Amino acid sequence: MNHDLKKYDAIVIGASAGGLYIMIRILKLLPANFGIPIIVVQHRSKDERTLLEEVLQQKCKVTIKQADEKEMIQPGTVYFAPPDYHLLIENDGSFSLSCDAPVNYSRPSIDVLFETAAEVYKERLLAIILTGANKDGSNGIKKIATMGGTTIAQSLETADYREMPQAAINTGFVQLVLTPEAIGQFLLDTMKN
Amino acid sequence: MIANEEYRQFLESVRFVYGYDFTEYAEASVIRRISAFMDSNKIASLQDLGKMILKDETEFEHFIQEITVNVTEMYRDPLFYKSLRKNVVSRLATYPFIKVWIAGCSTGEEVYSMAILFREEGLLERTVIYATDINQDALQKARDGISSISNMKTYTENYLKAGGKNSFSDYYKAKYNSVMWDKSLRQNIVFSVHNLAMDRSFNEFQLILCRNVLIYFNQSLQNKVINLFYESLCPFGFIGLGNKESLLFSEKQKYFEEVDRKEKIFMRTK
Repeated sequence: MNHDLKKYDAIVIGASAGGLYIMIRILKLLPANFGIPIIVVQHRSKDERTLLEEVLQQKCKVTIKQADEKEMIQPGTVYFAPPDYHLLIENDGSFSLSCDAPVNYSRPSIDVLFETAAEVYKERLLAIILTGANKDGSNGIKKIATMGGTTIAQSLETADYREMPQAAINTGFVQLVLTPEAIGQFLLDTMKN
Repeated sequence: MIANEEYRQFLESVRFVYGYDFTEYAEASVIRRISAFMDSNKIASLQDLGKMILKDETEFEHFIQEITVNVTEMYRDPLFYKSLRKNVVSRLATYPFIKVWIAGCSTGEEVYSMAILFREEGLLERTVIYATDINQDALQKARDGISSISNMKTYTENYLKAGGKNSFSDYYKAKYNSVMWDKSLRQNIVFSVHNLAMDRSFNEFQLILCRNVLIYFNQSLQNKVINLFYESLCPFGFIGLGNKESLLFSEKQKYFEEVDRKEKIFMRTK
């Protein structure tokens, strides 16, 4: 399968410990009119309400915002799951939120986003797992790959915390292992399609 | 994976047979909960689940209790409670008799949080708190007023951040691994079943709390429920929602004014 020629309706990213720094390295490469919506779960403290979005917006050209419930998902925007809520994708291309119990000790949980995104976008979904010190996201990666989506993990030698990309790779469902810069380039290449 | 058409038929049959309406809930969460129920009970398909619960009411009860339970904690979002103390309590104090509705109270943590806050503000004696939920089992837990001792560290921190005036341990007795909330807090609380998707207004309140419940509904049901809250509030009554919820996109928006934008506290103005 030639991943470069695929078209994507959405990109989902999961990141935990060490994620902010990597996220900046990737997202700052994108132009303001980047054509595919990006939806991110970054594990974060529940006492911090919008700091993550504010810090990233200063560094990036694309619009960075916290996802609101019922909001319709738009291209050219990077959405972050709000602290202390799970972020889910609905069939009509909108977001919903939930306060259900933490999954993998996490709320928001990467698995919850990835699994619901897989149901909606199927093979037109690109998923990326970045640095982190737990195993959240592995089940989601498996489901996305099974449904025909593309899966990428950050290369272990570039990850501050390897456990999360390692757990994803161990499932056998990660198709590409890339450095942050290569991930950025991959995202830019998707625009050519 | 659950196919869309199959899912809708399932919800329709549940509504037809038992009168529980989930057709206007946000789908992604309901599907996750149904899938989790199927996994833990080793049920292979939605069809099998339908067969099982539609002819056996005990199984249905089990199902409904599992998929409608919400997770909550004491003083979740402490700053919300701090804002209530600052912006709402003094106005409530002008009423001789105060009625509060906590809609979707689940296992009761929010109810006891409010009872403690009202006691500290000297209002509890002349207040009745109506605490309602769709889930019977959760309500029973709320009535029992028991929590795990392992929660107390977080709850104590939350209580202090929420502007708590005493020592949090004044409000519970610990025994083995559990704590029981002070019984006197419960004197003015009425627990009862109420289904926001189907039941009507049952009283007029000075304050309604419904936090992190609307997020589980679609827009049409959100509008209906907000109308229900509007009808259930006295003029200049207050309503508090969850951090990511709002009245500003509803049909009734022009009848409300923001009291605290960040903490999602609104006042009915007409």
